[in-house]
Amino acid sequence: MGAPIIEIVDVGKSFGGRTGPTEALRAVSLSVDAGEFISIIGPSGCGKSTLLRIVGDLVEPTSGVARVNGKSARQARLDRDYGIVFQTPVLYDWRTVLENVQLPLELAGRPRQERDARPLALLRLVGLEAFRGHFPWQLSGGMQQRVSIARALALNPSILLMDEPFGALDEMTRERLNLELLQVWSASAATALFVTHSIAEAVFLSSRVVVMSPRPGTIDRIVDIDLPRPRLDKIRAHPRFFELVTTVRESLREDPALAAGDDAGRAI
Amino acid sequence: MRRLRDYAPAALVLAAGIALWEAVVFAFSIEFYLLPAPHVIVQSLRETYPTLVEAGRYTFTEAVIGYALGCGGGITAAMLASRSPAFADLVLPYAVASASVPIIALAPLAIVWFGVAQGSKIAIVTLMTFFPTFISALRGLLGVTPAALELMHSYAATESQIFLKLRLPHSLPLVFTALRGCTTLAMIGAVVSEFFGGPMKSLGVYIKSTASLFQTRQAWSAILVTCALGLLFYFAVALAERLVMPWRVERGLI
Repeated sequence: MGAPIIEIVDVGKSFGGRTGPTEALRAVSLSVDAGEFISIIGPSGCGKSTLLRIVGDLVEPTSGVARVNGKSARQARLDRDYGIVFQTPVLYDWRTVLENVQLPLELAGRPRQERDARPLALLRLVGLEAFRGHFPWQLSGGMQQRVSIARALALNPSILLMDEPFGALDEMTRERLNLELLQVWSASAATALFVTHSIAEAVFLSSRVVVMSPRPGTIDRIVDIDLPRPRLDKIRAHPRFFELVTTVRESLREDPALAAGDDAGRAI
Repeated sequence: MRRLRDYAPAALVLAAGIALWEAVVFAFSIEFYLLPAPHVIVQSLRETYPTLVEAGRYTFTEAVIGYALGCGGGITAAMLASRSPAFADLVLPYAVASASVPIIALAPLAIVWFGVAQGSKIAIVTLMTFFPTFISALRGLLGVTPAALELMHSYAATESQIFLKLRLPHSLPLVFTALRGCTTLAMIGAVVSEFFGGPMKSLGVYIKSTASLFQTRQAWSAILVTCALGLLFYFAVALAERLVMPWRVERGLI
């Protein structure tokens, strides 16, 4: 096995504010190997989104360093190594579904032929080829997020960053999209970093689940998910699935800030 | 596109309004120099048609040129200001405050500066349409969501790519709202400026002088022409809006 594809070393992040700086992350270190699917889970305010943004060079760490593909996160972003899926689909409403997926290829100045062919193939992959001429508002929330996933894969990125992409969706849609995401992801060569606050989602998708606790955000525990792949819906009924869900849930409970109750945590 | 049938109620209201006007003038025996009946106005319109066409062309030219300069200038200035948000923050309060300045009050001065011909009217229209367009365009260009911007950054988009593929299309709905509103401002600016002086064959001077001679029917027919030109202007811009933003047409927003 070669060098890790994502290397987070001793990363800290403080945000300035009127009442003094808030420490969002403290001494976070994590290595991710190529082809892994890593979920980051934790209560709100644990800095999981901030950590994802530091890896994607959308936020600068106050201390420490994030290295991706053996280079700085900044260089990886400039080399367009990332595909990002945000909490909201962030589709441009003046572009059709197809044109939204074409955007990254346009920005990268890819040749016309690729700009036409690749987005169509991706839309086929997420089952939305028939909607290529539609505008975003004509699609449901789940469909919009699938378009956003297709767009994230447009440049065939080595890193796929996802920030609670299914958080706003209903449970049934979420489970279906989890399954679809796994199919799409396994067809790509991307390493995935996935932020979520759903335990079942994290266990279902991941090769490892990173459990974080807040104030300041630190990594409590990393749970190896040894469920076989390809994972289908029926794995949700597997005893091992329940065991792992319980392990992750207990790791979250051990968190002293949570155990003391959320209000106590807020008062600190 | 809405169907013709959808406009039927509005057309009916218009017809009823005209009929009521005609009836009131007849029922109360109102003198025509006070309020001419619609059929009298139409008759006068037929008689003075060539003069009104000439006057209309003169005034409409002022409105359109002033509009093009004012709106074009406003959009260009907004594009420049959007490159520097600090500069935009500096000028925006003044631009907003300028909305409360009755620019039309400058019309007599404009005649001193630019002469009694079309120049002074074009100057007033330019000034009247500049600020609303500037403010709307700037708000549209700067008002993109942080997430939309973050998406661009995640793909290492250049500043000009962000401008062309995000800020500009995002600003279009606001820009067109201003452009539509400015058609009305441009007509008002041109006609009212002419009240302060201009050639006889312009709508403002024609309305003012016929009214002061109690030639009310002539004044009314010129007002009718002004309304028609204003509507034509408005709908031309509204049509352009539909062509430029098909994604909003389908959604029924415009």
